[in-house]
Amino acid sequence: MAKYTFTEKKDTRSGFGDGLLEAGKKDKNVVALCADLTGSLKMGDFKKAFPERFFQTGISEANMVGMAAGMTIGGKIPFTGTFANFTTSRVYDQVRQSIAYSHKNVKLCGSHAGVTLGEDGATHQVLEDIGMMKMLPNMVVINPCDYNQTKAATLAIAEYDGPVYLRFGRPKVPVFMPDDKPFIIGKALNLIEGTDVSIFATGHLVWEAILAEEILAEKGISAEVINIHTIKPLDAKAILKSVSKTGCAVAAEEHQMSGGLGDSIAHVLIQNQPVPLEYVGVNDQFGESGTPEQLMKKYGLSAKNIVDAALKSIKRK
Amino acid sequence: MTKKTTEELSNIASQVRRDIVRMVHAQNSGHPGAALGCTEFMVALYFKILNHNPAFSMDGKGEDLFFLSNGHLSAVFYSTLARSGYFDTKELSTFRQINSRLQGHPATEEGLPGIRIASGSLGQGLSNALGACLTKKLNSDPSLVYVLMGDGELNEGQIWEAALYGAHNKVDNIIATVDYNRQQIDGPIEEVMSLGDLKAKWEAFGWQVIETDGNDMNAVVQSLERAKTMTGKGKPILNLLKTEMGYGVDFMVGTHKWHGVAPNDAQLTDALGQLQETLGDY
Repeated sequence: MAKYTFTEKKDTRSGFGDGLLEAGKKDKNVVALCADLTGSLKMGDFKKAFPERFFQTGISEANMVGMAAGMTIGGKIPFTGTFANFTTSRVYDQVRQSIAYSHKNVKLCGSHAGVTLGEDGATHQVLEDIGMMKMLPNMVVINPCDYNQTKAATLAIAEYDGPVYLRFGRPKVPVFMPDDKPFIIGKALNLIEGTDVSIFATGHLVWEAILAEEILAEKGISAEVINIHTIKPLDAKAILKSVSKTGCAVAAEEHQMSGGLGDSIAHVLIQNQPVPLEYVGVNDQFGESGTPEQLMKKYGLSAKNIVDAALKSIKRK
Repeated sequence: MTKKTTEELSNIASQVRRDIVRMVHAQNSGHPGAALGCTEFMVALYFKILNHNPAFSMDGKGEDLFFLSNGHLSAVFYSTLARSGYFDTKELSTFRQINSRLQGHPATEEGLPGIRIASGSLGQGLSNALGACLTKKLNSDPSLVYVLMGDGELNEGQIWEAALYGAHNKVDNIIATVDYNRQQIDGPIEEVMSLGDLKAKWEAFGWQVIETDGNDMNAVVQSLERAKTMTGKGKPILNLLKTEMGYGVDFMVGTHKWHGVAPNDAQLTDALGQLQETLGDY
């Protein structure tokens, strides 16, 4: 029996746009900057509601990030919006010096992360951003799983004082998280309890993990599904608690296997409680053009891949 | 702020130059050339032009703000801050040493009063300053924002992104200065990467440009006073500050060779012989 269902599909970027509008209503210090992608980032409603607090920077991501850092001096809470690739790898040094090292209260919001960006292809499909951003001291890294969680995360980071990278995506995906769930940074959510294997998933892969749990259940395997929306700071306690029960794990993410959530979990396990861990992620490759569904399948990011990884992990116990 | 005379400002500049060469010599590390070249500018700013409060607050509401984009001028920045009361001048002796607040390039990490953002990786300060300008406007704060960049730093593309933004959005509460010493690390700018007609370039980008004789204290003060009168008119302001690297120490003047080299003991004695001790060495 399905433990999670959905009645509609929505894009996580719309969760960001709606969350930003609400954050803007709650706090007049919230400001937004966008590098010529207002429609793609769903920042239009904020711009319409608060034109004096919206700053169009043109296709100048380095300047946008630098200005956002400067805007914090005097108490503003800047949210920058562009594609995930352009707010991480393109401006890594600006983020490092002007924001992370300088402790600036900037929210770097990146849409169209991962292969589910689709047809535009590998130039835009960043799969290294979680790794880059989590390595920066002071930086919080969040990858919510659906519309509701992205909206809640957007509101939560507005109230958090410090640099944050918020990663979300382009396609419409199932909305399955409750819409009244407050978002607690760094607190993993145990979505389905189980005893045989722990599946730690982030972003779009959380829904795939839920589908995988159903398939595993049909095979008589009890999987625990944990939504790791915050990759940094990582909820090590929740991870260790789960594997102490299940004895093995799977990490699932729309990101390179190297440097992402899987490696963060491996770090915790190695230091505390070594158990088998299998990775579901992109294996040292760039993406390509295609539909999100085709790409998830081709790059090994679907529920089937999580099932296979779970079976392998259990076998290694 | 106090109404310092040009002579008083020049005396302070002499002491700041002594601080710079002593700091760089003590750790055998740092960048004396451009720091010496910009001493008049920094002293004029902090002792005459800026409305600022040495009881430092990060937000700087109601104060003028200064950003150092070319962070390798840290020695002149630290000396100026200490001499204007942000922290004890004794702390200048810790410059570039382990466990110091006076990092090689300015940083906020250690909480040194007067530093609002890290700099050193070039090209970022103009963007930082523009952001601070936007917040000043949102807060209805009429104070001004100043930033200093190097001319070699203008090689960085981000500067020109910021130049476009400032003009397009009529950011008219900024006074940006370029230290136009015509030198960069690998040699004269004309050999490394020509900047062409800088005045025409910034004007073409939509900025009001003024030119300043950067090692003449009187000229620096007058120019900055004039720049202030040009704010609030719908256009950002760019001050082309013509300086000589190493100014004040004869064997360091006008060459890129002292960009990042410390004087030895004999050179320190020679340099200090040329710079009057006016406020007492730290």
